[in-house]
Amino acid sequence: MKTILNGIIKENPIFVLTLGLCSSLAITDTVEHAYLMGLCVTVVLIFSNFIVSLIRKLVPENVRIPTYILIIGTFVTILEIVLDRYVPALYKSLSIYLPLIVVNCIILGRALTVASKSNPGISILDGIGVGLGYTLSISVIALIREILGSNSITLMNDISSLTGYIAVYKNIIPGSIIPFSILKEPSGAFLTLGLLMALINKIKGGKHESN
Amino acid sequence: MNLISIFLSGFLTSNVVLNKFLGICPFMGQSKKEKNALYMGVSVLLVITLSSIITFLIYNYILVPSKTEYLKTIMFILVIAFLVQLLELILKKHFHKVYKALGLYLPLITTNCAVLGVALLNISSGYNFMEMLVYSVASSLGFTFVMYLFSTIREYLDTKKLGSFSGTPIALVVAAIMALIFGRFTS
Repeated sequence: MKTILNGIIKENPIFVLTLGLCSSLAITDTVEHAYLMGLCVTVVLIFSNFIVSLIRKLVPENVRIPTYILIIGTFVTILEIVLDRYVPALYKSLSIYLPLIVVNCIILGRALTVASKSNPGISILDGIGVGLGYTLSISVIALIREILGSNSITLMNDISSLTGYIAVYKNIIPGSIIPFSILKEPSGAFLTLGLLMALINKIKGGKHESN
Repeated sequence: MNLISIFLSGFLTSNVVLNKFLGICPFMGQSKKEKNALYMGVSVLLVITLSSIITFLIYNYILVPSKTEYLKTIMFILVIAFLVQLLELILKKHFHKVYKALGLYLPLITTNCAVLGVALLNISSGYNFMEMLVYSVASSLGFTFVMYLFSTIREYLDTKKLGSFSGTPIALVVAAIMALIFGRFTS
């Protein structure tokens, strides 16, 4: 339990470690894309942590990174094939950001710092924790961007072929506010993340001001 | 004419960093000094161009004929990792001066999303060889250009006291403004 909470709060991949920013900016245009991407990353993270931790004594020091990348790449490829077969709409909207999970610094980072040093149990828990932390963070970014940018929340649209439901809520904030369309654009992603990080620094209170 | 528009879209309007969000990690991490940004940019230019050519050939002449397109992710990342190692060895042996300047940045490039991203974009946009070459060079030039601009702004910002905004938050806000400007080149 402590390992999981550690991944969500103390070592939150996005806001504290600032790892894996590429995908967190690119797929936070709707809430749906964000939490599904988070789910994909979590699945890959758990499996790769597990395997890396199992073979941690067999891999020589100087081929560690290529080996880990190969392991991660294998799981990403499996995920790609599965999504392409069962939810092609999601596969299309995540486009190149799905294969790019391979080079997501979070997964390689956890493999190098945690999984290669601890037993499989702890590695799996760490994968769950960091994965959840990642999912929650990007969902928050997506929620802000979607509500203020297009005044809607998309929960199930691309995966509706699988679940049978379509859940897209429009007009979250009633009345005549003009949506800040800038938040839908790429620059809105940078802006939201920047402001959120500043807010978190503020709450943590002046610890960073000295550097 | 088409090649020119591909060049401009890669370089400016759909810039890899500001529009496609690729290579954000080095963009944030390595852009604190002007010199670092330039060296990183040159290394990326080299690796993106070479890896795009190789992955393009592998995809079209090995993976497509043997109907194993689903292996592209793992194949491409292997090619990039191998290429980076090779480049490091060659530079170390024959161009020691260049190696000393770039050596630190080369290993980081394997996990630079921009390299794999451009290789994948070349395939998914259905470019032919010439268009692929132009797009890869343009997008890596775009990466270098934006990173250099960004590093000069950051060097200036580092001299100011910004409270809870200092560090990554202000960098992201600057990136947002830059993305806004670059996005407007289309209309």
